[in-house]
Amino acid sequence: MDFLKSATSSSAPPPDVAARKEAIMASVRSELALANAQELVNTMNNKCFDKCVTKPSTSLSSSEETCLSRCLERYMEAFNIVSRAYTARVSKERALEGQL
Amino acid sequence: MDNFDEATQNELRTFIDREQAQARIAQSIHTMTSRCWDKCVTGTPSTRFSRGEESCLANCVDRFLDTSLYLVKQLEAQRHSL
Repeated sequence: MDFLKSATSSSAPPPDVAARKEAIMASVRSELALANAQELVNTMNNKCFDKCVTKPSTSLSSSEETCLSRCLERYMEAFNIVSRAYTARVSKERALEGQL
Repeated sequence: MDNFDEATQNELRTFIDREQAQARIAQSIHTMTSRCWDKCVTGTPSTRFSRGEESCLANCVDRFLDTSLYLVKQLEAQRHSL
């Protein structure tokens, strides 16, 4: 997940125009990357809790933990599959539009 | 955005527009992943997806978009027949 790695904050804008511009761009990029990562973690938490912790007890059992780590991997994989399918569809539609 | 010359302002505007478009796509992918996960991954998560689950996830995206196109077409047809 690239945006998990790039979700870091940027430093204060320097006086030079080009550098200030770059700083604004970097901070927009990192804020979006952070929002993206947060969204993924939130939905994953909901989905995997619903699937794996069906009857909450005093602590997570080892089978619940196994389920949670598998669920985490599968959700990321699902995200990648959906992402690929969506991107492929978008470029297919664009190509069709281009033919008209 | 203040104290920037016009060229820089335009460049930043284009940059923001592009990032916003990308953010909208990312949001659709999140929503679609959630929706398709609920539809396709019904059992307890295992170490890998079954073939069925994997193709269900990919098909789910295309069929959802087909559905949206189909419904728009239907609505247009209904509007014309009035």
